[in-house]
Amino acid sequence: MTASSPRHAADGAPRPRLRPFLALGDAARYRWAVASRALAAIVGGYVLSALCSTALGLWLPLARAEAVITGTLASFAIYAGAVMWVFAARSAGRAWAGLAVPAAVLGAVLWLVLRGAVTAVGAAS
Amino acid sequence: MKEGFRQSMAWLHTWSGLLVGWVLFMVFATGTSAYFRDEISHWMKPELHGAPAASQVAPAQAAGQAVRFLEREAAGSPRWNIGLPSDREPDVRVTWTRPQPPGAPRQRPLAVQLDPATGERLAAPRATRGGDFFYRMHFDLHYMPALWARWIVGFCAMFMLVAIVSGIVTHRRIFSDFFTFRPRKGQRSWLDAHNATAVLALPYHLMITYTGLVTLMFMYMPWAAQTAYQGDQKTFFAEAFPNAAGSAPQKAAGRPAALVPLGPLVEQAQARWQGAAASRVVVTFPGDANAAVTVYRDGQASLSSNQASVVFNGTTGQWLEARGEAVPAASETRGVFVGLHMGHFAGPVLRWLFFLSGLAGCVMVATGLLMWAVKERQKYAKALAKGGRIGFGLRLVDGLNLGAVAGLPLAMASFFWANRLIPVATPDRPAAEIAAFFTVWGVATVAAIAWPARRMWQLQLALGGLLFALVPVMNPLTGGAGLVTAATAGHWSLVGFDATCLLLGMALLTSAWWLGRRKPAARAGTAPRSARAPQAPPPAANAPQPLAHPAAEPGLSPARHALAAAETQSS
Repeated sequence: MTASSPRHAADGAPRPRLRPFLALGDAARYRWAVASRALAAIVGGYVLSALCSTALGLWLPLARAEAVITGTLASFAIYAGAVMWVFAARSAGRAWAGLAVPAAVLGAVLWLVLRGAVTAVGAAS
Repeated sequence: MKEGFRQSMAWLHTWSGLLVGWVLFMVFATGTSAYFRDEISHWMKPELHGAPAASQVAPAQAAGQAVRFLEREAAGSPRWNIGLPSDREPDVRVTWTRPQPPGAPRQRPLAVQLDPATGERLAAPRATRGGDFFYRMHFDLHYMPALWARWIVGFCAMFMLVAIVSGIVTHRRIFSDFFTFRPRKGQRSWLDAHNATAVLALPYHLMITYTGLVTLMFMYMPWAAQTAYQGDQKTFFAEAFPNAAGSAPQKAAGRPAALVPLGPLVEQAQARWQGAAASRVVVTFPGDANAAVTVYRDGQASLSSNQASVVFNGTTGQWLEARGEAVPAASETRGVFVGLHMGHFAGPVLRWLFFLSGLAGCVMVATGLLMWAVKERQKYAKALAKGGRIGFGLRLVDGLNLGAVAGLPLAMASFFWANRLIPVATPDRPAAEIAAFFTVWGVATVAAIAWPARRMWQLQLALGGLLFALVPVMNPLTGGAGLVTAATAGHWSLVGFDATCLLLGMALLTSAWWLGRRKPAARAGTAPRSARAPQAPPPAANAPQPLAHPAAEPGLSPARHALAAAETQSS
């Protein structure tokens, strides 16, 4: 991108000559926000949909294999929804929070239940 | 990323589509061709074009004939697989594995095509991957481990799903836009074409993307199965797909015993399926006391990919079990998803409809890619007018667009030509055909990135168009059955192949011609049109483009960008 690129002129943001970390230019801040959301969408969305599919697979009142298949089938729709949420949220922080809170709750419950299950199996045998 | 839900979704649609668009175009193009995988393979083996077109032989009789061949040529093999003749595939295809000493590396099964009536080997066809090459490339790419390739394709498919859903959200007037086409209006025409092809086949696009992810879902999303079964995948698959396991013996007894005649078993199975044809018979441990015979129902009989099958004892002919008839709901849902993706159930009309929808998908991806470049170019209108240059990103996108949209058809046509021009005796011939494909595509892409200009679009489209359009001429000259011969003999799959190539070639040639015709108009003819438009942009934007960067997009005229920019969704 050359200095005469019209994009910056159009943005009305002068290109900063020095870029101290805390004084990012508008363009740079925008890029960081996009990168942050992309990370949230791709990684965070995957983690959330994996947790949801696991929860469905464990707790749907169906035969075990059926519940697992249902949870896995639904996971891609959940993933797509999560990605759309990330890019629709008002700020990158809200986007992250919207994924992190449900993921943390689900993860914690799953962890407790699975640990309980392992302990129960251990006690039974 | 922008104010407002629709604006942020438009942004997401643009970027999720662009970043993986080139891979998606390839996936769409190869996947579309895979609907006619068998027909392509048949065309690519001209030695077989003389065989009777439709099999007059009943599957039961063909199975009996195939056994005579296998007993002679494949004695001692632990597994025979007999592909029975069908409407789409008139030959019998037998594959078998050779007896394998323990610890030896797994060998590829041997495959031979037989005459269904006599059970004799058909004229040995040339070595080629045929339509399987495109089918595999659709999800395994090439020259890389299949596992990586599947992750890459799955990643792109997920982007595609996001692009489709956000595209729908972006779309305010989804119904009326479908009937809107404003030709020769630069960016707006591309938008209309994109909308029309996307909305026209929208159910198909959504279905094909989601079901594509589902075909490999236990690889992409194994966590539910991992957790519910505590890592015991084997139990999971046995419970989820009871078809795969079964009561057939897993080991040879080591005592020889005669194999029961297969014909009556096939008939028994077909009677159970109310006359639905059998497509495949698998014999495990033929000639052993533990032999078993599994008869599979033809995929056309059901939407689901969970194929019904019947297992018999291979020495007594006693009925052992019927599988895949009462599949539980979720498993069947997955089966239907996978079945929809593969389209095995589709008869001729539906198969063509799928093919056309796939082509619409190619056009949707291509127009989307081009639209990004057309829009981005507006930002450089002033700089270009002053003799400046476009940015690196746009130049790269221009090059990749060209290499994908024009280069891939050129490479696919070259693959068919290579199939006929590479000598039959060439060692490792299938690899040579594939190398020809990638050489042409590579050269086209390098040339495209080096010089992403209108002339290059014309050149590659015209070359690809010529190669496709001349396929019906080349086919009879290189040993195949030409259009007339094939039509009189009733070889409709061969007729279809040649005719489709001709139509594709003409479409590519037309676009090349259209580009050439538009060129003077884009350079000099903008004035009258912009005069007609009241909000014409300042003349600076209308100035001829510098020679170094002629408009790379068909139909592009910077004059009309500003007109369209006001109305179209922002990027």
